[in-house]
This record gives sequence, structure tokens and C-alpha cells, in this order.
Amino acid sequence: MENISNTDYQNIPGWGMDADPDNEPTYPMKNYTGDDHNRINYERSPQQPVTVELLKSNERPAPSVVFGTSVPPSGLSGAIRRYAFRHSEDRYRHWIPLIMADRVNVYEGIISDIKAGHVPNFFSEWGWKAEWKYNQKAFVTKIAFATLAAVVVAGVLKRKK
Amino acid sequence: MLAMNYRGPYRVRAEQRPMPEILHPEDAIVRVTRTCICGSDLHLYHGMVPDTRVGSTFGHEFTGIVEEVGPMVQNLKVGDHVLVPFNIACGKCNFCKQGLYGNCHESNTMATAVGGIFGYSHTAGGFDGGQAEYVRVPYADVGPTVIPPDMDPDDAVLLTDVVPTGYQAAEMGGIKKGDTVVVFGAGPIGIMAARCAWFFGPSRVIIIDHIDYRLEFARNYAKCEAYNFRSMEDPVVFLKKITDWYGADVCIDCVGCEAEGNTLQTLTGRVALMQAGAATALQWAINSVKKGGIVSVVGVYGPPFNYVPIGNVLNKGITLRANQASVKRLLPRLIEHVQSGRLSPKELITHRIPLEEVSDAYRLFSSKLDNCIKTVLVPSSKA
Repeated sequence: MENISNTDYQNIPGWGMDADPDNEPTYPMKNYTGDDHNRINYERSPQQPVTVELLKSNERPAPSVVFGTSVPPSGLSGAIRRYAFRHSEDRYRHWIPLIMADRVNVYEGIISDIKAGHVPNFFSEWGWKAEWKYNQKAFVTKIAFATLAAVVVAGVLKRKK
Repeated sequence: MLAMNYRGPYRVRAEQRPMPEILHPEDAIVRVTRTCICGSDLHLYHGMVPDTRVGSTFGHEFTGIVEEVGPMVQNLKVGDHVLVPFNIACGKCNFCKQGLYGNCHESNTMATAVGGIFGYSHTAGGFDGGQAEYVRVPYADVGPTVIPPDMDPDDAVLLTDVVPTGYQAAEMGGIKKGDTVVVFGAGPIGIMAARCAWFFGPSRVIIIDHIDYRLEFARNYAKCEAYNFRSMEDPVVFLKKITDWYGADVCIDCVGCEAEGNTLQTLTGRVALMQAGAATALQWAINSVKKGGIVSVVGVYGPPFNYVPIGNVLNKGITLRANQASVKRLLPRLIEHVQSGRLSPKELITHRIPLEEVSDAYRLFSSKLDNCIKTVLVPSSKA
């Protein structure tokens, strides 16, 4: 079905009669200027050169003028992210793979640390010093329960074998 | 330079990283003097925000000294001490021109649902954040504001997010004189929203949380009523009861996706990730506000979707208002409030921690240890 095109809409009986410029529900967040109807016809700053792989939302035609260049996609997580960006922000196929990629990325981070000769200090990175300093009793209890659970699971697995 | 480095959920460290560079003629490089951990940084820290890449540096609340400017920067000069709004805004697109600096169309390539934000995942543009000794600041002529000489830098750093977000939360509530306002969440933003609500003339401000030391702080700082929802059988019924079985005029959600208090929301939102976090606070806000009331949302939720009682929004005729704070728009008024002494943001700061100890700082804030309200990280090179 073809869309109706009406370029003479202002002659429609009653057009704009009840328009109230003060009825702006987004005020004061928004200083309504009418520029919305100019869409993307505004003066843009020069484009930041694209020097890294940039995953672009398919809901926009071109990269934004500036963008972050930190951590370009790489490895398996990068491949998953590239897949995600083939789909719009409306789709689960965009967001769920991104969350998956984030989890995969954690293991890639550990591997790249080790490859670089740096064994991650998990206890320090988890901030356990702060837990020990300010939350000692609960922290010790938590560790004790986690250890107990690990021992029980290991025991069960051993018995099954 | 030293910078915070995200390694995965609940794992961060400080380590040496390359210095940032000017990548666009309107960029500046800023040497960070103070930087905060925001409650919304915890959503990243907990692995709740999609496209949070290992190796990223967080931090969207910071002040610093301009070290270098790009060739097109005109309003800033080397040596200026600036506060940098958390939103990255071009100042030229139609959204910026209408004051919607949190919705800039030219600062985020990766998503259209949010403008660019410093150090807030690739979903918010993939920019490195300010929890570092140095940071690249795009559109340096638009966002960064020179800190007035008589202003305490601790007040200034809280003007980058906490104060504007709290203020805008109250502003979006459309509070009328005599109104009853309920704020969900007694974190820094909730406390500030409760304090700022008084600027609009309500007769009651009520804050709801489950952490007693924060409720006590809110009671004293924001001069409001404070209640622990753990002591109630049903927070919605409680709020109806104390508002003459009518409902609050305005409800403000300052919690976002890591809310507690509703088992189904927690299981589906925080454990199984079947929705973008637990929307408990928003659910309570919708159900506690009066018919025809206003619900204002500044709590951060992920992009996909949440389970909220949208049918009640329709049937009660609720106006739902939300946005990232438009820091640039609000700064002139907020600076006035701070300079006149009406508002003292720095009182929220309870912990001052060297950047080197960023992992402990995150744990302290995340686990709400040592009665922590607000943590400021201080890079050793601040001079």
C-alpha cells in the first residue's frame, strides 16, 4: 500500500488550531526550538578520523563526529561483538551476544595477562583488603562457607567417579 | 600514566597505560585532580552493562587541569582547572541546541539510545574515563567549565554528575508547592534528589532505602523523612497509608537496575539477567504515586527492557519522565546554589582514596563498607 503524501497539510481544516506552544511536557529539560524538524541538517564539526575498528550501531548512517577508541574488538569476543552489531538495538540478537562477549572477554583478559608475563592477583583485584579491613567477620564467614561448599562438591564428584 | 583497568565483574586494578592523545581538533587532555566512583559505575563493575570491555577505564565524574588543547579549542586554555560534565556533548546537534546535552547525537557511534559518556562502556561511546591521571576530553569548548576560584574542588567534582542528576530528578518531578515527594534510594543521587526537591517547594520529602546508615545520613543532610523498607510488610501500602491513602504527588527512582526488595525482580533481573536489572524501585514508584502523579526516573537501567507495570501507568494517568542529567544546562543555577551556601555537596564525601587503591575503593563502595556514602579517588600526580 502506498503512503499518502500530503504536502499541503496546512490546508487541512482545523490544522494547528489547538496548538499550544506552552504545552511542552519536556520543559524545562528541553528548550523547544523547533529544530527537531530540521532533523540532521545542522552544522557538524569535522569528523574524527577512524583509526581503529569501530562497531557502529546500524540505527545511524555514519559514525558520530567523535568516538572512543579504547579497546577495539579483538579475539573471540570481538567476533561475537561484530555479530551483535549486525542487529539493531531493538533486537535481543544485539544485546545478548554483547553480554556473552563481555564474559568471554574476561577469560581473554586473563590469557593476555599471562601471555604478557603478568599473573593476575585476583585477591587484590577483588578488593579483598577492604573486605578484610572493614567487614572481617562476614568476610571470614563467606570464605568459610565457600570453602565448605567447594569441599562438599569435590567430595560428591569424587564419590561419583 | 596510572589508570583504573577493568578486568571483569568485581575485578579492577590500577596499572600503567599509554597517555591519551588529541584525536580531534576540539579535544583537550586533562590532568585529573579528583575523580569519583559513581553508583552507576557499580553497574559496570558488577558486569550489568552490555559491551563493557576488559581493559576499559571507568570514571565519568572528574575535575582536572587542562594540559593540552586541540587547534579548534577556543574557550579553554592550558592551566585552567575545570569540572567536566559526565555527558559528552557537541553543542551543535538539534538535541544539544535544545538543552538536551545528555542526548547528543554526535558523541556515540555504538548506540543511539544514549549519548556519549566518559568511561561508561562501549554502549555509551567507548571513551576512556577519568579514573586515571590523564583523560581525553572531546568537545572541550562545550562541556568543561572553569571552576570558580572561590569554589572548593570537592564541591566542584560533585557538580559533574551527583548534584545535576539529583537536581534534575526533582526538576522532572514537576514538584508543586505543598506536594509530597518520595525518593527511592538513599545513595548519593537519592540523597541529593531529596535535598534538591526542597528547592521546588514541597511540604514533605520522604526517602526509602534498606541501609540504615544511609537513611540516617539522608535524614540529617536532606532534612527529610527516611524509612527502611525492610521494616515494612509492603512499601507501597506503607506509602499509601502515610499519604492519606492517596499516594505521593511525585515519586523519584534513584536506584536503577540493582534494586533490592522484590524477589521476583531480583531473580529475573540480577541473577538470571532475563531483564535489564531489577526494576523494583520503578515498580514501587509507579504503584505508590497518586493517580495523575509524576514518576521521575534517573536510576540507570540497561538498554534491552524491564518488567514494569506499564498498565498502571496508563490506568493511573501517570506522567513518566526520565533522562540523563543535562549537566551543562543546569550548571549555572547549581553553581549559584553552591556558592550561596544553600547546597554543600562535599558533605557527601566520606572516603578519599589514592587511585593506586582503586580495587579496594570499588569493593568498599560496592559492599557499602565503613558507612561509605561517596568515594573520591585522588591521583598521586594531582599536584
